Amino acid sequence: MKIKLQVWRQASADQAGGFREYVVEDVSEHMSFLEMLDVLNEQLIEKGEEPVAFDHDCREGICGSCGFMINGVAHGPEKGTTVCQLHMRKFKDGDELWLEPWRATAFPVLRDLIVDRAAFDQIIESGGYISVRTGSAPDANAIPISKPDSDRSFDAAACIGCGACVAACPNASAMLFTSAKAGHLGLLPQGQPERWLRTVSMVEKMEEIGFGHCTNHRECEAVCPKEISIDFIARLNRDYIQASLGRGQK
Amino acid sequence: MELNSKIPDGPLEQKWDRHRSGLKLVNPANKRKYELIIVGTGLAGASAAASLGELGYNIKAFCYQDSARRAHSIAAQGGINAAKNYQNDGDNIYRLFYDTIKGGDYRSREANVYRLAQVSVNIIDQCVAQGVPFAREYGGLLANRSFGGAQVSRTFYARGQTGQQLLLGAYSALAAQVAAGKVKVYPKTEMLDLVVVDGRARGIITRDLVTGKIETHLADAVLLCTGGYGNVFYLSTNAKGCNVTATWRAHRRGALFANPCFTQIHPTCIPVAGDYQSKLTLMSESLRNDGRIWVPKKKGDTRPASQIPDSERDYYLERRYPSFGNLVPRDVASRAAKKACDDGYGVGPGGYGVYLDFADAIRRVGEQGIRERYGNLFHMYEKITGENPYKQPMRIYPAVHYTMGGLWVDYDLMSNLDGLFVLGEANFSDHGANRLGASALMQGLADGYFVIPYTVADYLAKHPHEDVAADHPAVKDAEREVRERIEKLLAVNGSRTVDSFHRELGLLMWEHCGMARNEKGLQEALKRIPELRDEFWKSVKVLGGNESLNQALEKAGRVADFLEFGELMCKDALTRSESCGGHFREESQTPEGEAKRDDESFCYVSAWQFNGVGKEPTLHKENLDFETVSLTQRSYK
Amino acid sequence: MTRLLGFYRTSIGKKIVMAGTGIALLGFVIGHLLGNLQVYLGPEKLNAYAEFLHENIGVLWLARIGLLVAVVLHVDAAVRLTRQKHRSRKVAYTKTGYEGSDYASRTMMWSGPIILLFVIYHLAHFTWGTAHHDFQGMDVYHNVVSGFSVFWVSALYIAAMIALGFHLYHGIWSFFQTLGLNHPRWNALRRCLATLLTVGIVAGNISIPLAVLTGFIK
Ligand SMILES: Cc1cc2nc3c(=O)[nH]c(=O)nc-3n(C[C@H](O)[C@H](O)[C@H](O)COP(=O)(O)OP(=O)(O)OC[C@H]3O[C@@H](n4cnc5c(N)ncnc54)[C@H](O)[C@@H]3O)c2cc1C
Ligand code: HEM
Ligand code: HEM
Ligand code: SF4
Ligand code: F3S
Ligand code: FES
Repeated sequence: MKIKLQVWRQASADQAGGFREYVVEDVSEHMSFLEMLDVLNEQLIEKGEEPVAFDHDCREGICGSCGFMINGVAHGPEKGTTVCQLHMRKFKDGDELWLEPWRATAFPVLRDLIVDRAAFDQIIESGGYISVRTGSAPDANAIPISKPDSDRSFDAAACIGCGACVAACPNASAMLFTSAKAGHLGLLPQGQPERWLRTVSMVEKMEEIGFGHCTNHRECEAVCPKEISIDFIARLNRDYIQASLGRGQK
Repeated sequence: MELNSKIPDGPLEQKWDRHRSGLKLVNPANKRKYELIIVGTGLAGASAAASLGELGYNIKAFCYQDSARRAHSIAAQGGINAAKNYQNDGDNIYRLFYDTIKGGDYRSREANVYRLAQVSVNIIDQCVAQGVPFAREYGGLLANRSFGGAQVSRTFYARGQTGQQLLLGAYSALAAQVAAGKVKVYPKTEMLDLVVVDGRARGIITRDLVTGKIETHLADAVLLCTGGYGNVFYLSTNAKGCNVTATWRAHRRGALFANPCFTQIHPTCIPVAGDYQSKLTLMSESLRNDGRIWVPKKKGDTRPASQIPDSERDYYLERRYPSFGNLVPRDVASRAAKKACDDGYGVGPGGYGVYLDFADAIRRVGEQGIRERYGNLFHMYEKITGENPYKQPMRIYPAVHYTMGGLWVDYDLMSNLDGLFVLGEANFSDHGANRLGASALMQGLADGYFVIPYTVADYLAKHPHEDVAADHPAVKDAEREVRERIEKLLAVNGSRTVDSFHRELGLLMWEHCGMARNEKGLQEALKRIPELRDEFWKSVKVLGGNESLNQALEKAGRVADFLEFGELMCKDALTRSESCGGHFREESQTPEGEAKRDDESFCYVSAWQFNGVGKEPTLHKENLDFETVSLTQRSYK
Repeated sequence: MTRLLGFYRTSIGKKIVMAGTGIALLGFVIGHLLGNLQVYLGPEKLNAYAEFLHENIGVLWLARIGLLVAVVLHVDAAVRLTRQKHRSRKVAYTKTGYEGSDYASRTMMWSGPIILLFVIYHLAHFTWGTAHHDFQGMDVYHNVVSGFSVFWVSALYIAAMIALGFHLYHGIWSFFQTLGLNHPRWNALRRCLATLLTVGIVAGNISIPLAVLTGFIK
C-alpha cells in the first residue's frame, strides 16, 4: 500500500522546525511502523537527504525509547501499543499520517521526532526507590505479600517511561507516570517506610520541573502502551493528602 | 602472554569465601578519592554502579540510550535462576552449578560457575527488597517456573517482564545514588575508545550523541558492562543499538577476546516476515513449559494446523528427547527446528517455522490460566503476526539471541589489561559454549552486586589514586584517533547506506557462522568479510555532520566495528573444529546428528589477541581443568 | 501555615482546594434549587421561604461569606492551574486526536467563567434588582415570574444552566478522583452519580423559566 507522511523535521533544539511531506510506496501490511520509517530513511539517504531521526531501541514495546504522535494520538491508533509494536495492517492504502514529536516544555525536542525525557529520571531520583543497601536484604520469602497486592503493584510497575502520558495530556501532566511509580512502591510492604516522604518529594519535583496539573482528562490512560490505570493517580492524590496532613512525619 | 585466571585454590565450595577474605579493602576515607567509570547501565552496570556508589566511590555511568532504565536488560522476559529450593524439589547450589556447567557444554570455569550459583540466592533477596514484584502464590510466597536444561523449578519471574522489573530495581538503586551525589549518569553518550596508560585502563573517549562533543573521561579503573554483540548478525533479538564497539575498542587496545564464536541461537522467536525486517522478536523460552513443539509428518503439508490430526503431527522434541522433551537446552532445540525445516517439514511462509502449540495447556489450565502466565507474550505475538495464539498455534523459528563469548576476564572479572573489568554479557566468564535460560540475568546481577564490589576494592587498594595528566600522549592519541575515524566516516560520502552493509554482513554471518558451521563456509566468510569491509570504507554514505544528533553516523561506527569483529568470530569458529554448545561444526557430529564434543583437543578457552586490522590475531589458550564434575557428552534423551 | 502554603503551591494541592470548594458550591446549587422549586407551590410558599432566609440574616451572611470565599478560592486555583498548563506546553500540536477525554472535561475553563458571569448578572437580576425591569423588593415570586417572562432573559438563563451542566458533568466525577475517593468497585457509580445529579440540577433549574414562558406559572 501507499502511505503519505507529514513528518516534523527539526535540525536541533534551538532551530525552528516544520512539516515535510513524504510518500512511501508499496508498504507491506506486515511491516512495523518503524520498519516503514526505515524504508523511508533508506530512500531519503539515497536521495541525499538526512534521514528522519526517531528514538527506538528494543522494538519490542518494552524499553520505552520510541514514541511520537500519529495524527495527534500518542503511539498511534492501536490501544496498549508502542509505535515500535504498531503494524501497518492498522492503516489502509492512501492514508495520510501526521508525525509529530511529544510536545511538553519538560520534553524539549532534540531533533525531528526525538525529545529529551531526562525529566522522568529526575522524578525517580527525587524518591522513586526503596533504600536498601546491597547485601543487607532479608530472605526473599521473609515478607509474604498477598497475590492481589503484588499483582496491583505490578500493574503500576509495568510503566516503560515512554512519556506518552505527558504527550497526550492536554495539560502536559506527568501524573500517570509519577503515580505509577509511587503506586508500585506504595503497594508493597517494603515501600512503606519511605512512602509519605516519597509521595511529597516526587510530587514537588514534578512541579518544579514544569509539568502541568491533572484535571482528570483520562487521555493518558487511553494512550498508555501498558494501559496503566488512572486509579493510581487517585491513589497518589490520596497519599498526598495524607502526607500533607502530616502522616509519616514525627 | 601468560593467561592467569587467578582461580583460588581450596575445595570448590570454599573458593569464593576464602578468596574474599583474602582480598584487600579500601578504607572509607580513601574510597572518596577514587573515580570509577562504568560503561553500561544494564543489570550488570546499574547494579555495579549502585553498589559501588553506596560504598563511597565516585562513579560515572554511561549509556547510549536516553535513560539508564532502557538498557537492553529491560527486554529479558522469562526469568532468573536461583538455588533457593523454595519448591522443595531437591534443588541446591550444587545442582544449579552442575546444570549451568553442563548446559554450557563444559566450556566454562568451575570456580566462576560455582560462585555464580552461590550468590544467586542473595540476588533474589536483594531484588525483592528493592520492590521487584516477582510472581507470587496465593499464600503470599514467591512462585517459580521451570526453564530449559533443568529438571527443577528454580526460575523466579515477573510475568513476562522479568528483565524489566529487575532492571527497574537496579535503576532505582542507581537513582538513589545519583540523588546521593555518588553517581553521575551520562545518557546518550557512547564510548568510542579506551584509554590505556602504562598498561592500565585509565579512561574512555566518548561522543555525546546529541551534540557530537568528543570528551575524555579519566579514572582509576574502567568497568565495561556493555552487553552482547548479537547484532553482528544484523537480525537478532537484541535491541537495535546493541553493539561490539566498546568491547572491540578495548580489544584493539590489548584486551583479549574470548570464545567470540560462541553465540546462542534461541529456538523460540517469531519468524522473519520480509526483507524489510529490522529485528527479531523473542517468544520467551518459558513458553516451552506449556507449549508443545511440532511439525506435520508430511513434507510441505499446507493444511492449517487445526486440520492436522494428532496422528499426523511429529512432536519431534518429545520423540527425540523423552526425558527433557520440549525443555531441552536452547542449542539442541534450535538445531532440531533447523533440521525439521531444512528437511522440508517447516510451516508458514517460506517453510521457515515450526509450531508451538498451546491447545493442550489451554485444555488443562484454561485460557485464563495461560493468559496469567504469558498474557503479554501472546499479546505481543498477535500484534506482530496478526494471528491469535489462543486459537491457532504460534509459528516460531530460531534467532540469534545471546553471545557467550566476550572479553577474557580472570576470577576477579578483570581482563588482561590492569584496571579494565568486564561484567555481564560483555565478558565470557560463566556460560561456556551455551547459556541456560534465566542465567544471564543471574550473572549480570551477581557480577554487579556481589562480585565486583570486592574485587575492585582489592585492585584499588593495590593502586593508590593518582591523576593521569589530561595531555598524556596516550590520552591525546586515543582522542585524535576517535576524531579521525569520525571524519573518515563522514568523508567517504559514497553510494551505499550503512544498513545495506549491515544486512549483507549479517546474512553472511548467519549463513556461514550461524546455527551450523563448516570449514568451507567459514573460509568463504573469511574471504568475503574483508572485501565487504573495504567496500564499506570506499562507498558507505553517511550524511550530516558530527556536531549534531546523527543516528546514521552512530550506526556507521558500530557497523564498522562489526565488520572487523565478524572476521575474528569466523576465525574462532574455524579453529574450533569440535561441536560444543551453540557452536555446531558439521564435521563433528554423531551418527544421529547430535553435536560431538572433543575434550581431548578443545577443552580450553580461546582468547584472541589483536594484531591489527586484517592481520592474523594471536590465539592464547586457557585450559579448563575440571576438579569436581566429570565431562560427559551432554544427553537430554 | 508554611506547610499549608507548600500544599497550595503544588498542583495537587490546588486541585484539592478546587474539589473542596467545588463540592461546597455544588451543595449550594442543590440547596438553592430545592428552594427555588417552591415556586411551583405558589407565591405564599416561595415568598415565605425568602422571608425566612432574610429573617435569619446572620446565618444568611455566614452562608454568603462562605460562598464568596469558596468562589474566590475555586477561581483563584482555576486561574493558577490554567496558567501552569500554558507554561507546561508552549508549542501546541498541529493535529490533535482525543482518546479518553470528553467535551466537558476540555471546556471546564469555559463553562466555569460562564457560570461566574451568569452569577454576577443573576445577582443584579434577582438580588439587587438593578438588572430587573420591574423589581419588587421582597416579592420574590413576582420577581421571578416577571423576570422570566422576558424571553431573552429566560434564554440567557437556560444557556447558563447548560454551561453549568457541562461543568458539573465533569466536575462531580472529577472531584472523587482528585480527592482519591475511588475504588474499582464504585468507579462506574461515580459516572452515574455525576450524570444523574447534573441532569437533575439542570432540568430543575431550566424548568422554572420554561414554566414561566409556557405560562404554566404566572
Ligand atoms: C529478548 C531477550 C530476552 C532475554 N531473556 C532472558 C531471560 O529470560 N533470562 C535471562 O537470564 N536472560 C535473558 N536474556 C539475556 C539477558 O537479558 C542479557 O544477557 C543481560 O540482560 C545483559 O545485561 P548486561 O547488563 O550485560 O547488558 P545490557 O543490559 O545489554 O546493557 C548494556 C549497556 O551498555 C550500554 N552500552 C553498550 N554499548 C555502549 C557504548 N559503546 N557506549 C556506551 N554505552 C554502551 C548500553 O547503553 C546499556 O546500558 C534475554 C535477552 C534478550 C535480548
Ligand atoms: C456554582 C459554581 C461552580 C460549581 C458548582 C463548580 C464545581 C466544580 C467541581 C465539582 C469541580 C471539580 C473539581 C475537581 O476536579 O476536583 C470543578 C472544577 C473546576 N471548576 Fe468549578 N465550579 C463552579 C464554578 C466555577 C467557576 C466560576 C470557575 C471559573 C472561574 C470554575 C472553574 C473550574 C475549573 C477550571 C475546574 C477544574 C477542572 C477539573 O479540575 O476537572 N468553576 N468545579
Ligand atoms: C433558573 C434557576 C434559578 C433561579 C430561578 C434562581 C433564583 C434566585 C432568586 C429568586 C434569588 C434571590 C433570592 C433572595 O434574594 O431572597 C437568587 C439568589 C441567588 N442565586 Fe439563584 N436562581 C437560579 C439559579 C442559580 C444558580 C445556577 C446559581 C449559582 C451557580 C445561583 C446563585 C444564586 C446566588 C449566589 C444568589 C444570592 C443568594 C444570596 O442572597 O446571598 N442561582 N436566585
Ligand atoms: S505511564 Fe504509560 S504512557 Fe506514561 S510513561 Fe509509563 S508507560 Fe508511558
Ligand atoms: S490526561 Fe492529563 S489531566 Fe490527568 S488524567 Fe491524565 S494526566
Ligand atoms: S523501541 Fe523499545 S519500546 Fe519501542
